[in-house]
Amino acid sequence: MALKLYGTAMSTCTSRVLTCFHEKSVDFELVPVDLFAGEHKQPPFLVKNPFGQIPALEDGDLTLFESRAITSYVAEKFKGTGYDLIRHENLNEAALVKVWMEVESHQYNPAIAPIVYQSLVAPLQGKSPDQSIIDASVEKLGKVLDVYEARLTGTRYLAGDFYSLADLHHLPYTYYLMKTPAASVVHERPHVKAWWEDISSRPAFKKVAEGMKFGGK
Amino acid sequence: MLRYVTDKKQLLLQNPAVKMKFQAVTLKVRQRSSRCPLKIVESKAKYRLIDLPEEHYQKANKVVDIDGVFGEDGDRKEDNNEDIPEDYKRIKHSALAILQWVYGPPLSTAVSRVLATLLEKDVPFQIIPVDMSKGEHKKPDYLKIQPFGQVPAFQDESISLFESRSICRYVCEKYADKGNKGLYGTNPLEKASIDQWVEAEGQSFGPPSGALVFQLAFAPRMNIPQDQGAIKQNEEKLQKVLDIYERRLGESRFLAGDEFTFADLSHLPNGDYLVNATDKGHLFTSRENVGRWWNEISDRESWKKVVEMRKSS
Repeated sequence: MALKLYGTAMSTCTSRVLTCFHEKSVDFELVPVDLFAGEHKQPPFLVKNPFGQIPALEDGDLTLFESRAITSYVAEKFKGTGYDLIRHENLNEAALVKVWMEVESHQYNPAIAPIVYQSLVAPLQGKSPDQSIIDASVEKLGKVLDVYEARLTGTRYLAGDFYSLADLHHLPYTYYLMKTPAASVVHERPHVKAWWEDISSRPAFKKVAEGMKFGGK
Repeated sequence: MLRYVTDKKQLLLQNPAVKMKFQAVTLKVRQRSSRCPLKIVESKAKYRLIDLPEEHYQKANKVVDIDGVFGEDGDRKEDNNEDIPEDYKRIKHSALAILQWVYGPPLSTAVSRVLATLLEKDVPFQIIPVDMSKGEHKKPDYLKIQPFGQVPAFQDESISLFESRSICRYVCEKYADKGNKGLYGTNPLEKASIDQWVEAEGQSFGPPSGALVFQLAFAPRMNIPQDQGAIKQNEEKLQKVLDIYERRLGESRFLAGDEFTFADLSHLPNGDYLVNATDKGHLFTSRENVGRWWNEISDRESWKKVVEMRKSS
């Protein structure tokens, strides 16, 4: 039975999981959740994710939420098929993948999310972007990317010389960031820029990016 | 003996942070509860950090053999000096191999998450102090092992890691058969459920509870003025998260199911400060299921030891 993902293609967290599906070449069905109608806050969806956030995964009797937990599960369950995203045959490499997944979750994401929200989501909601929030977040993101730049000087990808779930998790937010003036934080750092061009040109992500349209941008 | 110390020095010097650090750390490593207590003692010799009580030589070796995870033969190559007894070489490597180094003070929430995991897994470790008041976490030697300049960092004989939750996962997977075997689940389905709640902790519970702990417990001690707006906003956020936990914990004894796991453990550091060092403990105790869950998880021996370590640090 195919995996069922409840979400919407333009959502960063949904597309994180979709990219993982494509890398693993697994069959799946995307069940749309209408965010504008508040469907994710209604009881039928809250059964799947009590926090009322997309996406949620159904695999037979199993229901999972939190995009990074879902990708870890999919990468583990299908470790024998498609591209190995978690280096499951090498404990040390697998551990480094997890380190950089946590870095994305706790360092990168908190800095980049407000920029994307203010620049692309707020206008859709009829609000004007708060430039002070953008500026503070760009500064924060720059510091995180300084560490990335040093790291990527020594290795081709974050966890080592292999593409992994750690890199993949960065794709959706960075894709949207690159459509804003804040894209300069990536362009100014040569190794980060080369890494971004590399990971965003993978066929799995290109397919997903086609569905990532935010207010026509 | 002197040559032994020299060998150790060479080995440790390969590690810049250790080189920086080994002034004198007293530690007690309790290996296999009372069966085989390995005591690593403070030493005046700068680079000598391990000294095993003689009576435990045999047992120590046995522990290593049983576990079968340590003692790569390749590690012994450096010991080609004939005047060092064979037994001593073996002990040295056995003892060295069981060391896991955790950099950072137990007072830190992220450090204590790692300590609780190591204690649950019955994996011996050594704490290397990082004096954050002196900015040691921002110095070049430390940044080599933790490029973001935060605590904790972690090293063992084969790897250097950071980010507390990934250190915990590594320890759980490397020592799957030690201590609390179900801490990170025993199959992919259990693991997925645990990961899901660890993410909920990291993304939903952590930010508001961490902000409250900072504002209410740490800011006054650091003479930083409290931000009442932030306190109110984060309390509201945490209320909503704990309402979801209340329902979840009405369905199952622990977050990921009917067993205590890493998902519950990961809540202990912030939860403990919130309940015991702020006036917001009622957020937990006023909720029936959350209160019951909190009493149970904070009463675990592993966590009580971490709290003791905080007090004595």
